[in-house]
Amino acid sequence: MKVSMTINGRSVDADVEPRTLLVHFIRNDVGLTGTNVGCDTTNCGACTILMDGESVKSCTVLAVQADGASITTIEGLAEPDGPMHPMQEAFRENHALQCGYCTPGMVMAAVSLLQENPSPTEAEVREGLEGNLCRCTGYHNIVKAVLAAASAPGGPK
Amino acid sequence: MIPAAFEYARAGSVDEAISLLSEHGEDAKVLAGGHSLLPLMKLRLATPSALIDVGRLQELSYVRDAGDRIAIGALTRHRDLQVSDELARSAPIVSHVAGLVGDPQVRHRGTIGGSVAHGDPASDLPAVVLALDGELVIRGPAGERVVPASEFFHGFLETAIGPDELLVEIRLRKTQGGWSYQKFNRRAQDWATVGVAVARTDGTPAVALVNMGATPLRAAAVESALAAGASPAEAAESAAEGADPSSDIQASAEFRRHLARVLVRRGLEEAGV
Repeated sequence: MKVSMTINGRSVDADVEPRTLLVHFIRNDVGLTGTNVGCDTTNCGACTILMDGESVKSCTVLAVQADGASITTIEGLAEPDGPMHPMQEAFRENHALQCGYCTPGMVMAAVSLLQENPSPTEAEVREGLEGNLCRCTGYHNIVKAVLAAASAPGGPK
Repeated sequence: MIPAAFEYARAGSVDEAISLLSEHGEDAKVLAGGHSLLPLMKLRLATPSALIDVGRLQELSYVRDAGDRIAIGALTRHRDLQVSDELARSAPIVSHVAGLVGDPQVRHRGTIGGSVAHGDPASDLPAVVLALDGELVIRGPAGERVVPASEFFHGFLETAIGPDELLVEIRLRKTQGGWSYQKFNRRAQDWATVGVAVARTDGTPAVALVNMGATPLRAAAVESALAAGASPAEAAESAAEGADPSSDIQASAEFRRHLARVLVRRGLEEAGV
C-alpha cells in the first residue's frame, strides 16, 4: 500500500506492506535509526516519536496509519548544524542519561509533555513520563532535565 | 515482533466501514487507535484476515451534552476525554479515569470505543460505562440499535457487537455529586489489579468493579445493601459477592476479593456516600 508522510520536514513516499510497523518503516525504510526499539510491547517508550505533534509509541502504530501524518523523530528536533533543541541541551547539562538507550524516546516524550503542560511540577513530570522506562534507573536527572527545560529562558520549545 | 499479514482497508465513512466489514467477513477486525489490537496481533494472539481502519472518521470524535445524558463518539481519544470541558462539567469521573489509562503515548492514540469494544475486564473505562448506566449505540447493515451496558459485556473480550457492526457512540448518565475511582496496581502503567468505580447518577450510588471476573461487573450486593440502609463499611463487606476473579501473576483470586472490599469502602467514602 502506498503511503506518504512528512518525516522531520521531508516528504517521504513509499509502498509498504500493511503490517509494517511505523518504527520499522522509520528505521529500515527511511534510515533514521535514532528511534530505538526497546520492549516492542508498548511498555518502555524507547520508540516514542511525535505524530502530528503528539507523543506516540511507534512500535504500536502501523505505517499505514501514519499515512498523511507529520512525524518528528529525535533527528528532527534540531537542524543538522544548528544548536540542540532546549530539551536535548537540558538532558546534556543535567547528565540525564547513562547508557542512552531510552534517551531518544525520553526526550520526545518530554517535548510532548511540555507542549501539553509548559510549567509542570516535579510530580507532573514523573507522571508525565510514566510511559518511558530507563533501565539504568536514571530517573532523578531526567526529571531534573525536564524541569530545567521548562524553566529555561524563553520557555519550553 | 511483526503481525501476521492481513488485508488493510481504510473507511472514509461509517457506512463504508460497515460495508467493508460485511464484505470481509467475521475474520476482519476494526482498527481504531490500535492500542489493544496491535499488541495482540504482534504476539500473534490475534490474526485477523483484514483490518478495517476507522481511525480517520473524525465525525465519531466528540463529547456532547444530550440532555440527561452525555454522548461520546466512539473514536474520542483518551486524551480528548481527559481535557474535555463538557465532561469536567457533567461527568468528571470519565476524564479522571481516561487519564489513568496506560500512559500519555497510549492516551494519544487509544479511544473510548476501542476500549469498550475490546471487552477487557481489566480496562478502566468499561467499568465507568457500566457505573454510569451506559448505552452503547451500535450500527450495522440493518441500522442502529442501542444496547444497555448491563447487556453489552458477554465474556472475556466478548461483547454484543456483531462481526458486521460498529460501535459508534457511548451515552452516559451525568454524575450528581461525589464520585470515586480506586485503581490498585503495582506499577505505573499496569492494568488495575482491581479497580472500583463509584458514581451517583440519581439518588443511589452505582458501584462497578474492574478485573473481578470475565467482564466488568456491577457490585449489585453492595448497591442493594446501601439501598437497605447499610453504612459504606458494612456494604463494602459484600463487594466480592457474585464476582469470580481469576488468579494470575499480579494477585490471587482471594487477594482480589480482599482488594474489592477495601477499595469499595474507600470509594464509597471518597464519593461521600
